[in-house]
Amino acid sequence: MVELSLPRNSKVKQGKTHKAPAGAKNIRKYQVYRWSPDDGQNPSIDTYEVDMDTCGPMVLDGLIKIKNDMDPTLTFRRSCREGVCGSCAMNIDGTNTLACTKDMGDIKGDVKVYPLPHMDVVKDLVPDLSKAYAQYASVEPWLKTDTPAPDKERLQSPEERAKLDGLWECILCFCCTTSCPSYWWNSDRYLGPAVLLQAYRWIADSRDEKTGDRLDNLEDPFRLYRCHTIMNCTNTCPKSLNPAKAIAETKKLMLERR
Amino acid sequence: MDLRSDLARVRGLGSAKDGVRHWWVQRLTAVALVPLGIWFVTQAINLAGVSHAAFKVWLATGANFLLMALLVTTMFYHLQLGLQVVIEDYIHAERAKTVLLVLNIFACIFLAAFSLVALVKVAFGG
Repeated sequence: MVELSLPRNSKVKQGKTHKAPAGAKNIRKYQVYRWSPDDGQNPSIDTYEVDMDTCGPMVLDGLIKIKNDMDPTLTFRRSCREGVCGSCAMNIDGTNTLACTKDMGDIKGDVKVYPLPHMDVVKDLVPDLSKAYAQYASVEPWLKTDTPAPDKERLQSPEERAKLDGLWECILCFCCTTSCPSYWWNSDRYLGPAVLLQAYRWIADSRDEKTGDRLDNLEDPFRLYRCHTIMNCTNTCPKSLNPAKAIAETKKLMLERR
Repeated sequence: MDLRSDLARVRGLGSAKDGVRHWWVQRLTAVALVPLGIWFVTQAINLAGVSHAAFKVWLATGANFLLMALLVTTMFYHLQLGLQVVIEDYIHAERAKTVLLVLNIFACIFLAAFSLVALVKVAFGG
């Protein structure tokens, strides 16, 4: 059943406050979700007063400053700091996005940072994405052909190549998937928008020879049809992609081949 | 204890190779209900306050009877499809889900048949 209230050990409590260094004039408050598997405590919201005069403009800059200068126990994923790796996906100011491309100037009031919603938490801002990655693997995201490889590359017309635009740019940050209520309730069987966009990326590829098999694999009341066009995925995508459209195109092909 | 790999769990029992029909018919019935619904509401407004005898005459007309019969069958078909999705979305206990899905089908067929019998009785009954 749908859980309408949090279990007792998941209730979020008020945590510690880390003051800005004396003399700091330009202070921005961060409210960050903290949870550790090691101490048996409930999750808490810690407050950090960040000195903006010595901090970069993005939310990730603030988090790195907190970890470097204020509290080394704060745990989060980050790598490229320019929106191409997808590691620092988290819920910032109520919306799933990448901390590295989210400008603090666009946030009113305190900067509230939570892990991606409705996933198991490994620690602090790190969600467990094992199942999401397994779902990605289940759509076999690689070129599949029976025709032997030609001596040169497999050719594709400019028009055929254009069909992959808006799909190949996905960085698998799972902002969309974890914003989807349908995925929250049925992630055991529904693949979610990120994986369905990736699946369509191979369905739409003119060089792939297993389109029918790929559609067979998706044709399922849960895997594909749990999408109820809620559109949170498209609203939240930090790369401005449209997973809902990729899902709609897949549904159209399902109908076309009947 | 579930020691299966993540991939084994995700693949589960495999694809049902089904779902297009449900999705398509739900949309077909939704589209059909737009004109039928508008027709029904305008007729209901026009018929407000008329006598039972006058209503019988209206309902016994071929076109009106046909459209009323189409309205109730389409509506309860659409209801069954829609409620099925709600049950599948929110009820995760396998046994409760199966029971509710069966009850949903029975209830919708019963209500559609009941409505059709009522239409016949009112239009052509004594």
